[in-house]
Amino acid sequence: MNILFSLFAIVIIIVAVTLGVETAKLDFLFGVIIPYAAIATFILGIVLRVIRWARSPVPYHIPTVAGQQKSLKWIKSSKLESPSSTLGVIGRMCLEILLFRSLFRNTKTELKNGPVLAYGSSKYLWLGALAFHWTFFVIVLRHFRYFMEPVPAFVPFLQDLDGFFQVGLPILYASDVIIVAALTFLFLRRVFDSKLRYISLASDYFPLFLILSIAITGILMRYFTRVDIVNVKELALGLFSFHPVIPEGIGVIFYIHLFLVSTLLAYFPFSKLLHMPGIFLSPTRNLANNSRTKRHVNPWEYPVRVHTYEEYEDEFREKMKATGLPLEKELEEK
Amino acid sequence: MYDSGKIILGLIIFVGLFTSPIWYDLASGKAADKPNLVFPTKEDQKECVNTAEYMREFHMDLLNVWRDEVVRKGVRTYTSNTGKHFEMSLTKTCTGCHSNKAEFCDQCHNYLGVTPYCWNCHVEPHSAEIKR
Repeated sequence: MNILFSLFAIVIIIVAVTLGVETAKLDFLFGVIIPYAAIATFILGIVLRVIRWARSPVPYHIPTVAGQQKSLKWIKSSKLESPSSTLGVIGRMCLEILLFRSLFRNTKTELKNGPVLAYGSSKYLWLGALAFHWTFFVIVLRHFRYFMEPVPAFVPFLQDLDGFFQVGLPILYASDVIIVAALTFLFLRRVFDSKLRYISLASDYFPLFLILSIAITGILMRYFTRVDIVNVKELALGLFSFHPVIPEGIGVIFYIHLFLVSTLLAYFPFSKLLHMPGIFLSPTRNLANNSRTKRHVNPWEYPVRVHTYEEYEDEFREKMKATGLPLEKELEEK
Repeated sequence: MYDSGKIILGLIIFVGLFTSPIWYDLASGKAADKPNLVFPTKEDQKECVNTAEYMREFHMDLLNVWRDEVVRKGVRTYTSNTGKHFEMSLTKTCTGCHSNKAEFCDQCHNYLGVTPYCWNCHVEPHSAEIKR
């Protein structure tokens, strides 16, 4: 049901933009207005969301670590897994963001015949996620050849690396192959694992389908039904220099691609995809494990009126003496 | 807002990165530039092997097929859709008319960051020097 809903949403998006561009000639809407609105929603949405997160306090010091905390000199501490300094935290965050360190620890729990509960390491999710995120990143960076004039030097470098094996012409990019494979795996994983299927929602399938359809339309344009990419760059540069133009004769498949990307950008600040900024603001990762050396004060702690034992004894000294309870300070003799 | 220094710095980096094409194009001032192709002059203008639309989108596929046909099968003659025969040769047929790489090939290739490996083997044509 969730799968069908998400798939149907993608089909509606594609049909809408096809009709809009082909029949209604709404090139300007789909080529200029919607991309602008989507980029604005993306940037503003994330900024506001991050500010909202930053306004909520972190009451407890909660780094979640998997290593020896720094304590006595002669006990070897784990500087990256359980960092006690800012530098260590930066290192740990880099491992997390660039290599998905905690996902590498992913385990699976299975009930085997017996019945025996078996635990095991499960690296496929880590591998699939890493493959998907990195190739998506490379693909976004490669697109800077459309956004920047003159083309920045990192683009040809990435293109050469990505098309290292020089298969076909235009050269087949490894990232194009890997991203489709990785997304397909991430989707099938949700479908074939009954436990995962049970907890998967439409909001899990929709981003997968959305990014997959973006990748497929892009691949179609590169290898099969071409569009005039000189015009595409003219449109992109027009957007970024705030002189929007709609060049004649860009195929409808480009508008489908663009509208899907716009959908992704606009959907971003309201979805699970917010883990992109969210990873930086995770208190379990971005706090140093130094609770033994530095006191973490709850930011919304207010002065609490306390009743100390001394005050208690002062109040009840005579009664305590009368019942024979021990006193820290004896009654003063009058 | 807690840790406002770090949060604001992070947000500035985020917005800066995602709007970088705007600043880059503003700094370079070349956002309005377009490829300016110089086509063969009237006297040496002959019929191309295919239509301009086809060549714009599929010239790389055509060249790839030609390369394979010549190098691997030894076939050297190409019959166009109009029935004309051409020699499958980048140097003789293609750059015979489009004789200036900088004013023809490079215009779009540089604009779009395309770095074809044709010229790893083939000699680059220069309009004035070429003699056939």
